[in-house]
Amino acid sequence: MRILAIIRQVLDAEESVYVDHRAIDLKGRKLVMDTMDEYGVEEALRIRERGAEAEIVVVGIGPERLQEALRSALAMGADRAIHVETDEEVDPIAVSGVVAAIARKEEAQMIFCGGQQADWDSQVLGAAVAEHLDWPAVTWTRKLELQGTRLTGQRDAEDGVESFEVDLPAVVTTQQDLNEPRYPTLPNVMKAKRKEIRRETLESFGVGLKVRSHGVEAQSRERLREVIDGRDAAAAAAQLLTMLREKAGVPA
Amino acid sequence: MILVVAAHTDGRVSRSTFGLITAARQIGRSGPVTALVLGSGVAGVATEIAPYVDQVLVADRQELAQYDPQVWAAAAAQIAREGEADTVLLTASRSGRECSGRIAVKLDAALLEDVVSVVDQQGALTAERYSCLARVTERIEALSPVVVVAVKPGIFAAAQPTGVEPGEQYDVEIALPAARFRVTGKVGYASDRIALADADVVVSGGRGVGDAAGFERLVVRLADQLGGAVGATRAVVDAGWRGYADQVGQTGKTVQPKVYIAVGISGAVQHLSGMNKSRLIVAINKDAEAPIFRVCDFGIVGDVESVVPAMIEQIAVARLRRAG
Ligand SMILES: Cc1cc2nc3c(=O)[nH]c(=O)nc-3n(C[C@H](O)[C@H](O)[C@H](O)COP(=O)(O)OP(=O)(O)OC[C@H]3O[C@@H](n4cnc5c(N)ncnc54)[C@H](O)[C@@H]3O)c2cc1C
Ligand SMILES: Nc1ncnc2c1ncn2[C@@H]1O[C@H](COP(=O)(O)O)[C@@H](O)[C@H]1O
Repeated sequence: MRILAIIRQVLDAEESVYVDHRAIDLKGRKLVMDTMDEYGVEEALRIRERGAEAEIVVVGIGPERLQEALRSALAMGADRAIHVETDEEVDPIAVSGVVAAIARKEEAQMIFCGGQQADWDSQVLGAAVAEHLDWPAVTWTRKLELQGTRLTGQRDAEDGVESFEVDLPAVVTTQQDLNEPRYPTLPNVMKAKRKEIRRETLESFGVGLKVRSHGVEAQSRERLREVIDGRDAAAAAAQLLTMLREKAGVPA
Repeated sequence: MILVVAAHTDGRVSRSTFGLITAARQIGRSGPVTALVLGSGVAGVATEIAPYVDQVLVADRQELAQYDPQVWAAAAAQIAREGEADTVLLTASRSGRECSGRIAVKLDAALLEDVVSVVDQQGALTAERYSCLARVTERIEALSPVVVVAVKPGIFAAAQPTGVEPGEQYDVEIALPAARFRVTGKVGYASDRIALADADVVVSGGRGVGDAAGFERLVVRLADQLGGAVGATRAVVDAGWRGYADQVGQTGKTVQPKVYIAVGISGAVQHLSGMNKSRLIVAINKDAEAPIFRVCDFGIVGDVESVVPAMIEQIAVARLRRAG
């Protein structure tokens, strides 16, 4: 079987966000594979390690620098990568069309995708890919088990934890705590250098943009940052409650 | 027409749906605001929503008893196409967002996801949304005439009844695909406490409360005293001290209460993205270097084990004094 893992390259979560001319300034900033997507790459590797015969292909859409994130996924253990190159900002629905076309061509049976992307804050990519392919999607998984073509596990629903059952092909979205992604070992980093990253152009997919971004604005909300010493707990509590009554009208 | 996909639970229209109707009326597109009610045994839902909209389309079907984004998207897309809807609105809850992406693909439409504003400008829908872990506000424009909009809950005020006749109700015929995703069990998080999204005050606890008993003793009791909702960090949920329904952050809920009180929470960016729009942020943490202090309005550097009980006691005393 063939498993695709969709990855994005995003600003490291530890980095601060600076806005310059209505764009997020990425110059000199640390960019990484989106953590949410790492869980998907890891889970694909684990499925294989538990005995399923699978080729694992990572897929990404983005500028030249995306190569680094694709290499990280290859160093974790993925077999090869497909890089759809573009400098344009492509919205999730448009991206989903590209991924679906690749999935068809590659005859994929399973697609992993992060539950939410840390750049767009979008949650729809996985479901939208599934819709293009007329597949079911299992979102926000926290436990997965594959037996043959039957996938079972648990997911976070809005109001509880659901146990589910679905037959492949399917899209699966991942999140923190599904697993602990591995660090690439040095030999694997070396090996990854020789793995194939196939380049494709966005134009070759004939997918039109659906949404245009007119840029971003920093949220310059000033916080008061009045921080007091709490060693005298009663006095600190009293000061906090007074503030809550006076500034927020809380009947404390 | 403007199609509003109504969300409902236990036979009642969800609060967020009334906000959707407000958004639908403010968009500035013409055509009747039409509610689409999908489900099984939903006559009551249709009647409840009718006074707020111009018309109601109802598909009351056994196969719709359980929510399935793939099936619901097929139903909503069919109705949108047949009714020539130019705008389809849904609540940007997790399930609503999942469904909205599928509808957009089905209709070959743009999706404006999780928006906090949306308006028609010379035929093009433009909107604002938060991105980059909710740290910036982005302005986006839909490039297709038909647009699917998932509206962030809690932003638009609830609509009032139109004041004229309730919207006419029509039953609609739809072809439903077979459900392929099977739910084989569920552990629900029933709670009679005020919902996170609806609360003016949210008290959230992190790993700093020590254990499940500490969470109960400090966070839950403080929330009780303040009439607030209870939130938790991912670390707390992973430790099993609280259910996932309480989680605030990137992979949990987004809240924007008047007051957010972070108890023993470090302030990781993934947590902040779920609460950084709160009007007033309070933090109690023993580590003066904790990142939460950089985004708070009022902070106490101290032990939650001494500060929080002192708060609980003083609130109780003040209440007695007021009552007496
Ligand atoms: C992809 C991804 C998604 C994530 N999504 C979320 C999310 O949705 N929500 C979320 O919350 N997290 C999320 N996280 C996890 C996040 O990165 C943090 O790990 C988490 O928020 C930390 O929780 P915490 O503050 O409870 O624990 P910690 O970071 O361990 O902080 C505990 C704090 O308590 C303080 N403390 C300890 N004892 C006391 C005491 N006696 N008195 C006072 N203070 C005390 C400590 O000083 C410390 O600052 C996500 C992570 C990833 C990678
Ligand atoms: N029982 C349900 N009935 C209708 N819609 C639902 C239901 N459960 C989830 N949804 C979907 O989730 C969205 C918001 O749901 P809620 O969380 O109830 O506000 C709606 O727009 C629906 O697409």
